[in-house]
Amino acid sequence: MGKDSDQTRSQSGISRRNFIGTLGAGALGAAVAGPGTATTQEAQSAADGHLVVALRVNGRQVRAAIEPRHTLLEVLRDQLELTGTKPGCARGECGACSVLMDGVPRYSCMTLAAEADGHEITTVEGVMQGEELGHVQQAFVEHDAFQCGYCTPGQVMAAEGLLRRSPNPSIEEIQEGMSGNLCRCGAYAHIFKAVSRAAELKRGGEV
Amino acid sequence: MLPNFTYERPGSVDEALEHGSSEGAVLHAGGTDLLGCLRDGVFSAKKVVSLSGLEELRGISPTRDGGLRVGALTTLTGVASDPTIAERYTVLAQAAASAASPQLRNQGTIGGNICQRPRCWYFRGDWHCLRKGGDTCYAIAGENHFHCIFGGSGCYIVHPSDTAPALQALGASVRIASRSGSRTVPIESFFLLPADDIQRENLLEPGELVTEVLLPPVASGTRSVYRKVRDRGAWDFALAGLAAVVTMPGDSVETASLVLSGVAPKPWRAAEAEGALTGARLDAETIARVVAASVAGALPLEHNGYKVALVRGLMEETLRALA
Repeated sequence: MGKDSDQTRSQSGISRRNFIGTLGAGALGAAVAGPGTATTQEAQSAADGHLVVALRVNGRQVRAAIEPRHTLLEVLRDQLELTGTKPGCARGECGACSVLMDGVPRYSCMTLAAEADGHEITTVEGVMQGEELGHVQQAFVEHDAFQCGYCTPGQVMAAEGLLRRSPNPSIEEIQEGMSGNLCRCGAYAHIFKAVSRAAELKRGGEV
Repeated sequence: MLPNFTYERPGSVDEALEHGSSEGAVLHAGGTDLLGCLRDGVFSAKKVVSLSGLEELRGISPTRDGGLRVGALTTLTGVASDPTIAERYTVLAQAAASAASPQLRNQGTIGGNICQRPRCWYFRGDWHCLRKGGDTCYAIAGENHFHCIFGGSGCYIVHPSDTAPALQALGASVRIASRSGSRTVPIESFFLLPADDIQRENLLEPGELVTEVLLPPVASGTRSVYRKVRDRGAWDFALAGLAAVVTMPGDSVETASLVLSGVAPKPWRAAEAEGALTGARLDAETIARVVAASVAGALPLEHNGYKVALVRGLMEETLRALA
């Protein structure tokens, strides 16, 4: 991210970088190929027991050589350097590692990277609107929907998935839709308000 | 990091059965239970055989007899949000919607949900318990708050599935494929007690695969409901639950199917309670009799006596709501 973009401000006066440090810098690692170069739909076996998977991550085609035991979380963070997705419980309980696969939220710690082969993955880096915060992120800032912020990328992705499926959710739907994400700081009341606000923003309401 | 294994993603059921029959192979449907077991060392795998390439095992379609076929790889979200299931097999839609969290329901499948391994913390932990081939059940003298009050002997797990009791209350069957052919087994006889086999929760043999769940047609006037009690408001396994399917054409109950979750090593049919309900008017007197019958034979351990009261309360609340 260049100096100019560091100084880019969103309308709320919060820059991409100081929102949460770890939300920034979505630069992909060496595994990134140019658009359209990875057409493989099946994991290919490499000679050394590795598999080659082709994913579409935040709109970019990516090929990665993985071990069968690697989770999607490990590949996103360690190979693609998309560290916005957080490791938490590593047992499918806390939701910090939530990403969208084909638009649907799931836990990347409970997903083998091999299972994501041929699928479309969206991480928190992928919901930015250019250098501006995405609607859900914007709403989280407006409603102070975090304290330490560690669970926030997962919360944002759960909310993003919920709102794609249900653009105008009731409070009960929001509570249910966000129930797979724990917040140890207990910011739940603000999170629910933020998701409601994000729905407004996505529907084209006043920013 | 997970222990290492090889990975196969076959494109046909036959190929999956071939891979699944090799030594040390495990099947991967949604993977949400499997990955937890591998990470915790509950069992190991030389080869993970992913079923995610088997499109023919996904989806819900009507059967010739007026029932429904649910492909084993249909996600819990898919089951919970299907309009036909929600309308005609309400108990199943409610059970699927109450399982796990939204993310896990998007990934977890109906076939995997009924085949998941127990959540007993001794089984999941570093204890070489009876179910893992050891010689002791550590729950008997240990922390047994979440263990069974019915059907235990030697081992005191509860079956963790929410959809299994709903399927049993509906009289569903499962279709099982193997290299030597396929068979259809009623859910009622699919699950095993520790007395039947202390290391398995169901009668699947190595190399067998559940391919579909078959729901029989429902009689008109059938009412069904799944009620689940958890330690917290959301995202937890059942402390106790009740799948109830009742037909009541007039004033009295014609048929009643009452299957409990969270209290036994398999979905537990409350047979005495069903007997007390069948043919009776659904009034306060009947409900009191059914409630008393629902805990007949309960044998709580040191810390799970509260489940007896929980079952009574579940039964009373559910029947009042149906009356």
